[in-house]
Amino acid sequence: MLIKQAPDIRSTEITPQSLYLRRREFIRATGITAAAALAGVLGGEEPAHAAEGEKLSIAKKSPFSTDEKLTPLKDVTTYNNFYEFGGDKDDPSHYSGSFKPKPWSVAIAGLCNKPGVYTLEDMLKPHPLEERIYRMRCVEGWSMVIPWVGFPLGDLLKRFEPTGDAQFVEFTTVLRPEEMPGQRRQVLPWPYIEGLRMDEAMHPLTILAVGLYGETLPNQNGAPLRLVVPWKYGFKGIKSIVKITFVETPPLNTWQIMAPEEYGFYSNVNPQVDHPRWSQARERRLGEFFKRETLMFNGYADQVASMYAGMDLRKYY
Amino acid sequence: MRRMSPTHWVRWALKPLVFTACLWPLAYIIWGLLTDSLGANPIRAITLETGTWTLRFLVLTLAITPLRRLARWSDAIRLRRMLGLFAFFYGTLHFTTYIWLDQFFDVPSIVKDVMKRPFITVGFSAFLGLLPLALTSTAGWIRRLGGRNWQRLHRLIYVSALGGVLHYWWLVKADVQRPQIYATLIGVLLLYRLAVAYRRRAPRPVRSTVSSADLMRRGP
Repeated sequence: MLIKQAPDIRSTEITPQSLYLRRREFIRATGITAAAALAGVLGGEEPAHAAEGEKLSIAKKSPFSTDEKLTPLKDVTTYNNFYEFGGDKDDPSHYSGSFKPKPWSVAIAGLCNKPGVYTLEDMLKPHPLEERIYRMRCVEGWSMVIPWVGFPLGDLLKRFEPTGDAQFVEFTTVLRPEEMPGQRRQVLPWPYIEGLRMDEAMHPLTILAVGLYGETLPNQNGAPLRLVVPWKYGFKGIKSIVKITFVETPPLNTWQIMAPEEYGFYSNVNPQVDHPRWSQARERRLGEFFKRETLMFNGYADQVASMYAGMDLRKYY
Repeated sequence: MRRMSPTHWVRWALKPLVFTACLWPLAYIIWGLLTDSLGANPIRAITLETGTWTLRFLVLTLAITPLRRLARWSDAIRLRRMLGLFAFFYGTLHFTTYIWLDQFFDVPSIVKDVMKRPFITVGFSAFLGLLPLALTSTAGWIRRLGGRNWQRLHRLIYVSALGGVLHYWWLVKADVQRPQIYATLIGVLLLYRLAVAYRRRAPRPVRSTVSSADLMRRGP
């Protein structure tokens, strides 16, 4: 005789496995929030710094570096736009602690002869690291001077032998909502996408950075691998890259998808073309009281202006 | 010892307490400036802080009337003017931060901003809307204007509150969650007033605590 036994636990009461697996993180996060709140109440709020960066051996300095005063490390690592970790400037430094930039691999795809998935170590091996001190101008109207450590993106791209049809390069950020709390809400369409025209990608000023201030990138700055394009607004510098695709047509970057009338594909720093909601004529260099004039192509016009000769930069903003 | 009368309690304990609490955000900013703990961009931090507190005080001010009625706490009215003036106070700090610290009195740039940037236009108007309310907040002005006119004038706070939320909404880049919270709060508080006004205006249904059946039983 078959005796049916009612289950002791209703299915609705069972914690989903994904949540269960994250219980420690949840408890930790709650603890961190409480601690942060307490620290906030007591004043002198210090972000929980992620694991110390490793020292990088820098083979050479670069003639492209500026000799302007560096933005202090503390500001570079606590004032970040990295929506994957939250929308406030101090969110990335507070909530990127559980992000794991190791091990890391990057998929190379699209119109090239050597697509595949490469470990970060294999990708970096042939490239001597150099220091590049660049100005970084955010589309919001502030700027920094950051000593990046990296290598020219073009040197890397050539290794995968892009075909003649490859006119643009598309970059994709990692999608890990379990490690990136900002991705648990659809603030932006995840994962983050950025793109460059092939000549921009091959330009010697364009680098992939693996570090800053002589050490590996902190999580909040885009560990372990990020793009730096100093003549474009900061959001073009896509972080924590997991995929590079050679494509024929200009990719739709995330902010362009969000607000096409505010953010274009090129997003070159241009004091004459205002953001619809604010002026781009001036910027506040962090640490300075008075605003300064924003320079065409963020001061890199001599090197890059020729790439845009004849283009209407009001149309192609 | 004699127990405090309710009026005494409000005047000598509650109001000073609330007043001190309302100064907390200012203390936080001053402390942050002195200890350099406002982050990499202190001017932006001060702008955000003062702007957010202006909205919060507008919400608190608007909450007083419903609170009085729904919680039957009539003494709450004694806090309304103070809260409203604090909204104006933080609004003034917010405005000053923009004019002084952000733009450094660059009048052409400010004029261009106010004319060209809708979020600044609406924020500026919302602030201007609070000005006459702050100026006429005294008992003398209530007398001079007459209660009815004074009340009418002070309905401007509805416009300023809506303008303030719109200002916040339009400046956000992607995540409108926080502006949504303020919009909801202010929306509910304004809807409450509409509902009250509607009920007052609607023809009163013939209602009596004594039913007609009772009357019949009692006779003429």
